[in-house]
Amino acid sequence: MPEDNEAVPVGAPEKTIPLGEEAPSATPEVRPLLRVEGLVKHFPITKGLLRRQVGAVHAVDDISFDVRPGETLGVVGESGCGKSTMGRLVTRLLEPTGGTIEFEGRDISHLGVGGMRPMRRDIQMIFQDPYSSLNPRHTVGTIVGAPFRLQGITPDGGVKKEVQRLLGLVGLNPEHYNRYPHEFSGGQRQRIGIARALALKPKLVIADEPVSALDVSIQAQVVNLLDDLQDELGLTYVIIAHDLSVIRHVSDRIAVMYLGKIVELTDRRSLYGAPMHPYTKALLSAVPVPDPRRRAQRERILLKGDVPSPISPPSGCRFHTRCWKATEVCRTDEPVLTALRTGHQVACHHPEPVESPGEAAA
Amino acid sequence: MTAPLPETSATGTATVVADAEIPVPGTTIEGRSPWRIAWTRLKRDKLALAGGIVVLLLVLVAIFAPLIVDLFGHPPNEYHEDQIDPLFGTPKGSWGGINGDFLFGVEPVNGRDVFSRVVYGARVSLLVAFLSAVVAVLIGTVLGIIAGYFGGWVDTVVSRVMDALLAFPQLLFIIALISVVPNELWGLTGSGVRMAVLIAVIGFFGWPYVGRIVRGQTLSLREREYVEAARSLGAGRTYILFRELLPNLVAPITVYATLMIPTNVLTEAALSFLGAGVKPPTSSWGQMLSKAVNTYEGDPMFMVIPGLAIFVTVLAFNLFGDGVRDALDPKGSR
Ligand SMILES: Nc1ncnc2c1ncn2[C@@H]1O[C@H](COP(=O)(O)OP(=O)(O)O)[C@@H](O)[C@H]1O
Ligand code: SF4
Ligand SMILES: [Mg+2]
Repeated sequence: MPEDNEAVPVGAPEKTIPLGEEAPSATPEVRPLLRVEGLVKHFPITKGLLRRQVGAVHAVDDISFDVRPGETLGVVGESGCGKSTMGRLVTRLLEPTGGTIEFEGRDISHLGVGGMRPMRRDIQMIFQDPYSSLNPRHTVGTIVGAPFRLQGITPDGGVKKEVQRLLGLVGLNPEHYNRYPHEFSGGQRQRIGIARALALKPKLVIADEPVSALDVSIQAQVVNLLDDLQDELGLTYVIIAHDLSVIRHVSDRIAVMYLGKIVELTDRRSLYGAPMHPYTKALLSAVPVPDPRRRAQRERILLKGDVPSPISPPSGCRFHTRCWKATEVCRTDEPVLTALRTGHQVACHHPEPVESPGEAAA
Repeated sequence: MTAPLPETSATGTATVVADAEIPVPGTTIEGRSPWRIAWTRLKRDKLALAGGIVVLLLVLVAIFAPLIVDLFGHPPNEYHEDQIDPLFGTPKGSWGGINGDFLFGVEPVNGRDVFSRVVYGARVSLLVAFLSAVVAVLIGTVLGIIAGYFGGWVDTVVSRVMDALLAFPQLLFIIALISVVPNELWGLTGSGVRMAVLIAVIGFFGWPYVGRIVRGQTLSLREREYVEAARSLGAGRTYILFRELLPNLVAPITVYATLMIPTNVLTEAALSFLGAGVKPPTSSWGQMLSKAVNTYEGDPMFMVIPGLAIFVTVLAFNLFGDGVRDALDPKGSR
């Protein structure tokens, strides 16, 4: 029965840039929707009955970036590098230790629960684990209707009707309103989470590894859904991923994180075509290449050692313990994230040379 | 997002792996709630059902004790010396004086109707056991949730208090306490006071067991992403505690409460046996047992009957409680 199949986008819809709006990378001076500056989050480590602080996890350490209206910023990095913490700071589920978060020009860095409540309509989050992100004791109707209840909004036609519309929007059967999360598959559950995040018509959606818990065969469907919904609803995304393959086709710009720092930030084309940071190169070498001829050309860079502990990150460049290009200066001086070319920011003392334009194709 | 989509979404590929696991239409659209599923499982567990039926009967007996005694027995404090052998003080006839008129026989010496006293004893036993479980669940749930959700020094304090109470010699304490409790308290008199004190004290010493379980569950539940999802929608603490966490705690609390009742039945019986229970002439099973100790040689039936009452009650609640636990938590993670 057709209504029992999830709406699967067959054949990728041709993406067009809406008139009057240019490609984001071309107009960097447009006012950002989100501006993050010098954001820091340290989780204190306490000991003993008196909870004396003996150290801190440097989960996010001085990161700055902008997100422009309508774009998708991809954020990648190995597990534990602070991506989720960054997402939770921006959605203000966590209190930043330092730095500022501005949304539409308004400083939300230290707003309390009450002050954040109206902002929550505009900033929403899609969570990583579709099994833990839906309360098993609530029906789908309750889950997707919760945003209206919590924000005191009655949509036109009532909550139930709107919830059913949202279920349809994400490709689920609206009649399944009374079902419980355990009656759905992982991909369907993630769609429920997406419906909940979109209920209040947010402007910015932070998606924290939205497909990493899903079966590979389902991942593309959910990514495509997010992509379609962006066009339909004019959303701005920050999509977090732990490798460069998932977000390749949906990101306008990509930020690469390593141990709480952004090490490279640029548009998709130059990141995939001409990565400048050794860590980005290593990540990129792990992405499967469909074309066998190109696969043969490219050497796989295997990083030595483990990610160092964020409790006492390495001095100088945090990547120097694993970098094959590391020199003395890397151990002592921290490289600053600087724009080396229009739009291409990299934090490295010995960045990769700019490759020939012929190679720089996504 | 400006590029066409990847290879994976090319025509056809996506449909092959279509994520369509929703049951076939025609089946009911009504969701199967976790409670409905548990009920279905419980219904298949014959032993638990039998336990449940006995529990239900016992509760009915306790509620309708006056009516039942009216129909099948004699007033519980009426003496029937005509049923007693004047020489030995034991009931006339065999089996403790069981006959059509006195279904469970009579008490030695004074000839009171054992049936009526057992029926009224069920009242005391179940009321004390049930209400003390309620007290334990209320205190344990509130403090357990607070400790688990807020953590920090609150958790440290609550956890230490629970440890201390669990190490406390509660039976000795209750006996000592009962001996100093006045005859009138909280507007109650006599056995009413004793029952209120029993309920309060058994409940008070029971809450750490509930508290530990609730705290542990809350600790793990508060890390679930649905709690963060609620916060990201603007939910405050009250909403998270009552709407997100509590519904997930009801199952473990129910299980623990059902399994706590038989323990409380035994505690009440032990206290009554030791003279720290309800006051005569109000009857209770433990008290009957302690009286029977003096006459068990001449009249063993008077000991067997309250003993059986306790045994059947505890067994029925345990069978039912185990069934509820298995139904609510089939994986056996406790
Ligand atoms: N609530 C927390 N308390 C203490 N440490 C935390 C907390 N959340 C995350 N961390 C630590 O911060 C670091 C970054 O975590 P996270 O942001 O989840 O990384 P990612 O999402 O990139 O895998 C990890 O070392 C993690 O252990
Ligand atoms: S700064 Fe040095 S250690 Fe760090 S990435 Fe660049 S070359 Fe490697
Ligand atoms: Mg993460």
